[in-house]
This record gives sequence, C-alpha cells and structure tokens, in this order.
Amino acid sequence: MRAVLRRIGTGLVVLWVAATAAYLALLAAPGSTVDTIVGDGADTPAIRSQIITEWGLDRPAVLQYLDYLWRAAHGDLGRSYLLQRPVSAIVGEQVWPTLKLALSAAVLGILLALVLALTTRRPWARRVSSTAELVVVSTPPFLIGIVLLSIFSFRFGLFPVSGDHGVAALVLPAVTLALPIAGVLTQVLRDGLDRALDEPFTVTARARGLRESAVLVRHALRHALLPAVTLLGWLFGVLLGGAVIIEQVFGRPGLGQVTLTAVNSKDMPVVLAVVVLSALVYVVLNTVADLAYLLVDPRLRRS
Amino acid sequence: MSALVTVEDLHVSFGDVHAVRGIGFTVEPGECVAIVGESGSGKSVTARTLVGLAGPGAQVRAARLELAGRDARRHSERDWRTVRGGFAGLVLQDALGSLDPLRTVGAEIGEVLRVHRKRDTPERLLAEVHVPEPERRARQYPHQLSGGLRQRALIASAIAARPPLLIADEPTTALDVTVQAQILELLAERKSPETALLLISHDLAVVSRLADRVLVMKDGEIVESGPTRELLAGARHPYTKKLVAAATLTRRPPVVPREGVVLRAEGLSKAYGKQTVVEEVGLTIGRGEIVGLVGESGSGKTTVAQLLFGLAEPTAGTVTFEDQPWSNVRERKRRLLRRHLQLISQDPLASFDPRWTVRRVVAEALPPGESPLPLLERVGLDARILDRYPRQLSGGQRQRVAIARALAPRPSLIICDEPVSALDVSVQAQVLDLLADIREADGTALLFISHDLGVVHHLADRLLVMRGGRVVEQGPVDEVFARPAHDYTRALLAAVPTLEVSS
Repeated sequence: MRAVLRRIGTGLVVLWVAATAAYLALLAAPGSTVDTIVGDGADTPAIRSQIITEWGLDRPAVLQYLDYLWRAAHGDLGRSYLLQRPVSAIVGEQVWPTLKLALSAAVLGILLALVLALTTRRPWARRVSSTAELVVVSTPPFLIGIVLLSIFSFRFGLFPVSGDHGVAALVLPAVTLALPIAGVLTQVLRDGLDRALDEPFTVTARARGLRESAVLVRHALRHALLPAVTLLGWLFGVLLGGAVIIEQVFGRPGLGQVTLTAVNSKDMPVVLAVVVLSALVYVVLNTVADLAYLLVDPRLRRS
Repeated sequence: MSALVTVEDLHVSFGDVHAVRGIGFTVEPGECVAIVGESGSGKSVTARTLVGLAGPGAQVRAARLELAGRDARRHSERDWRTVRGGFAGLVLQDALGSLDPLRTVGAEIGEVLRVHRKRDTPERLLAEVHVPEPERRARQYPHQLSGGLRQRALIASAIAARPPLLIADEPTTALDVTVQAQILELLAERKSPETALLLISHDLAVVSRLADRVLVMKDGEIVESGPTRELLAGARHPYTKKLVAAATLTRRPPVVPREGVVLRAEGLSKAYGKQTVVEEVGLTIGRGEIVGLVGESGSGKTTVAQLLFGLAEPTAGTVTFEDQPWSNVRERKRRLLRRHLQLISQDPLASFDPRWTVRRVVAEALPPGESPLPLLERVGLDARILDRYPRQLSGGQRQRVAIARALAPRPSLIICDEPVSALDVSVQAQVLDLLADIREADGTALLFISHDLGVVHHLADRLLVMRGGRVVEQGPVDEVFARPAHDYTRALLAAVPTLEVSS
C-alpha cells in the first residue's frame, strides 16, 4: 500500500517536472506570445493590448506559471493560440485515432515478437529471423510505410492509400509501426529464452518428461518476459515518435498531426498539452511495468 | 530379475571433448549405486545420458544402453519423454536453481503428475518427503523455503510419477551438514525393492553410508568399482586411495604457539534494524594461530567476518587489530593496517577482475616492480599460469591464486571464508595443507570460517561454534571434538559424513 502511494507520488512529481519544463521552454522560445496569437490577423496596438488583458499576459511570470499549474491540475490546459479553441477539445478529438493506431501496432508487434521468438528456435529459422529483425529495426519507419504503401496500395490496391475509414485503413500504418517493435522485442525475448534455457531448472523441467514446447512456454517464456517488460516505456516512445511520421505518410488524423502543426506554428498551449499528456502516459505505463514485474516474478513481492 | 539399467561401452563426446570413454555398469532394482569423481570426470554427463539429456551437441555411442530392458539407443524423443520422470526421476544440486523460481513448489510437482497422468497431489507428495505444513508449502515459491525444504520439494517432484530409478546428482552439496544428513536419510528412505538409487557425488564420505556399490570415475573412465565396504577397505587404484584419504582427513601435528595477540574482539554485537544477527561475540586470535569458526548458514559467522574485517561496524563491542583500535574508527586510520589483514573467499572468481591476467591480479598486491612468480611458485603454481585469465583456471588453481594474492602484502592474519567449500574433495586437502604450511613457515594467523567440521578439525588449533548469532561453545579443537559440551555441537559432530570402513 505504501509502495503504491510512493509510486503515485513520484508519478505526480514527474508530471509536474514535465509541465514546468514545457512551460519554461515556452518562455524561452523566441518571439512574443502576442505575435503568435495575432498570427496573420489584423494587427493594431488596440488589438495587441486587448490580447494582453484577455490572456493575462501582463501578470508577473510566476503568477502566470502558478495559474497555468492550477488550471492544468484541474484539467484545463488552456486555449490554442491558433485555433482559439480549448486545447483539451483539440487533443480530445485527435487522441482516439492515434490511440487506435498505437494500440493495434503494440498488440501486433508484441504478438509477432512472441510468435517469432518461440518458433524460430532452430538454427536456420533463427538466422533468417534475426536478419529480418535487423533489417526492420534499422530501416526508418517512414521508408517501411512507403514500401508497404507502394506494394499493397498502389500495386495491388488491397488497402486504402490514406485516411481513417474502417479497419482496412488501419492495417498498413499499424503494420509499419509494429515491425520495428517486433524486431527489437523478438531479439530481447530470444535472448531471454536462451538465458533461461541455460538455467538448471530447465534441465529439471525436461527431466520430468515435458515437451520442448512446454519447457519453452511454461518455464522459459516467463523468464524471458522480465527484460521485455522493461521495454514498455521505450515502446511508448517508439509509438508516439512513430505516430507523428506514420500519420503524415498515411495522411491520417491524430495527435502526431496536431503536434506537428502546433510545433511549426509555435502554438505553445497545444505543445504543452501534448508534452504533459505524454508524460502522463509514460508514468502510467511505467507503473504498469512495475506491477507487471510483480506479477511475473514472485521474488520481487514483499513478505 | 533383469537389471534396471545396463550400460556397456558408453561414449559421450561434445565435439572434440571426449567426456565419457567407454564405461559400463548396471543398476539392479532396489539397489543403490554411487558414481564418485571430481568435476570434469564425466559423472554428471553419465547420469544425464540415462535420461537422454546429455546436453546440446552431445554424441552418444554405446554397445548397450538398456533402460528397463528396452534399447534406449533407438529411443525417439517421445520415448525419452516417458523415460524422464516416468522411469527415472532426476534430482540436481542446489534446488534454488533447479526449481523454476517463478513457479510455486506445488505447480512444479503438479507438472510431473500432469505429464505422467498420475492421480496424486503435490501436498501428499510433500508430506511423503516430510515437509511440514505441506498445504502451505505447496503454495510457496522456492525462494521462500529453506535449503533443506527446497531439496525435499525437488525430491518430491522427482518421485511424483513413482519412477523405479531415482538419480541424485550432488543432492547435498550446497547444504549445511545437519541438513545434508537429513536429506541423505530421506534418500535412504526412498530406497526400496521398487526404487533404485543412483547417486552422483564428488565426496566419497557422503555416499558411503547409502551406496551398495561405488563406481569411481576419472577422466571419463571407471577406474575402480565394487561393493562400498570392499572398495573403502582395499582401494587399489591410486585415485581411489586419494579420495579415501581426502574423506578421512587426519589431524595435522600441533604447532608450538607464538607469543602475542593479533586480533581481539570483545562483546561484538550487530543488529540490522530490529534483527540482531550477532550477539556478544568475543574472540582472540594469537599470532600464528589457526582459529576455526563453525556454524551453519544464518548462524552469523559471515557477519562476524565482516565485523572483524572492518566492512561493517558493530552495534556494540570493540575490535582491536595489532594493538590498534579497529572498529568504529575512520577508514583513513585503518588503511595503513589494512594490508596486514587479508581475505580469501569461497568463490575467488568473483573477487578477481575477469579482464585481468593472473600476473596482474597478484602483482597489484605486491610492491611495484616485484615479480609475482615466486609467490605463485610457493602456492604450487608455475609460470605457465601467469598470462591466463581467471576463467581459464580450475577451481583449485583459482583458490591458489587467491592465496598468493592474500600472501603478497605479508599479512599477519588471513580471514578464510569457506575457502574450500567449492572445491572437489581431493583438491580441498591440498589447499588446506597449503594454508597450514604457510602458517608454519610465516607465522600467519588464520581465521577459518567453515560449515564443515572435518575441514576445521584437520588444521585448526582452536574452535568456536556459532549458532543464532552467539558462540555456543569454544575451546581447543581436540577437546571440543572429544568432549562436546553443547547439544548443538554434538548434533553437528554427529551429522558429519564419515567413511564407515569398519561397519
């Protein structure tokens, strides 16, 4: 119980640091906030002073910061400079397409890694698989995406080229994102399996008359999962970073597009919201990873 | 009745390494056969070949390899699966590594029952091997059990499918003496007209109580075999003689004590939080004296070593080394004297930098420019070893290098923490004699920490017995062995495996 509370506490600290760092970055960014808000619209001193009072930009920086924190803590992430709409609404409507993509890519990648690591135990299969893993891991995702697009969409017309309509539109982007994940995870899992199979308990397990497949799945796999769980946080980074590019390649809506536009046009409230949201997901995922450790390895459980 | 196992001209090789070279033996139903030999003799490979698990890349050839009357040379993987667990149960040493640490003990035993379709329960099997509270233990993980209970659980999983043969490969090596005695008793109990026992060990004394017949293996061959009693009484092969001698360590002649005290500890206590691990321990080590500190795991002997070595500070009490205060002083003050106090640990491999050659390991402890060779020669090694890495050495060689390194700064006291526990019996005796010779020549005092009373008896002058963080008995070795005053000392002495040549 105390461990859980401590966990939540550190999670909150991480969130706060992320929010503050993003806020400082906003302050340090070149160009005044007023310029960004004015954008291409009418620009008179009257409008400028109106903007300053409306957004509270004349208050001391510390007050603005505290105000920002206070609002953020209540879920109010401010308004977009560019679109003049609440950030939470913008992010909210774009989060689902990205989540859909990320989740299906993660599930696909993990399944693929499990199947590959468990089935390619023979030397030749292993060599073929390792080579393929190395290729996908070292190829930039956008290239994989373009290759997949040109084969399956342009040549065979099996999947739509762009957009987010139906399951078919999800297949290629999800596969593109899943391949590098599967590549790295397979290598980690295979290494874990190798190490577990070297342990004396697998001799004992075999000496009980267990099938090789049972030795792998019931004994070695759990040991191999431990290092893979550590990669959960990394997985999220790949998914988020990948989504920005993949959404561009496949012309999909989503957080990646939103972030890209916001960064290009210095729409800082939106950038801030994305940073804080990422930190939140990161904290949640790492907590999940820690809990998964306890689930997999009884030696880590207390008492 | 036909033999359970018949082996003739068995060869096992791994690539160029010929691990087993044409051995033959039989195991009759209800018999207990022991294979004795040191590490690398091929004894474990032989045992594993009997269940088709010689290892990856192993090539097995044999004129006959019959299990329960069936030719196992042509066994398919499927046939082997019925042999494993069904015909032969395998118990390996160190149950902590041999049971899956991520699964409960009950799940491990249940697995055997499921594979061989037996109607039994893990709880009943645990009760059968005398595990108290079997229901609770079945739900526990290996790391939650003591070494003895773990080994019992492992045995329960090996006998779950009622195999007619139980193979135990070094089943007691990592255990305390009293626990070892209990496990041997349990194995003896398993021996019945229905169950034969094949014991594998490096220690003749351990198997001599149980085995009907002993096969002595060396370099992949059986050099001598016969009924246990005959073999012990009239060993013919020089290697067997060496094993018998190693198992019956005789006491070395006493040494005239020197003047003065090297180290004195008074009222030492150490607590971690609420748990007191060492309580009111006092001891003195005279110049050139060998003091044995005996106790089982958890008795606090290693903590005492840490306190004496200055790795941990006592909660109460004081340590004086070379007439200087040693406990609760600044490390900077201790550093000058540090070189006079050296340590030899059970596993020297862990105390060597794996990327350093032997030359560098020893030279580091010597004054600059001095050659490590004379020291290495003194511990019985030669120049060929200088440029090897620790991994390339045998266990005995490593321990000799560790001793050379400890001797390099000319210490007045060496703390030896289980220095021979990881070594083969025949090598143990050599290392012990080396330590005793060093004491006689240099007058270096030794604090000898061990769970093995036989080892301490061989060379110590004085003996302290620890239990539960306290010294329960101390005195000259001969006196304690002849007239143990404390019940615990008596239990320890009774548990020491000895060669019962006369019985």
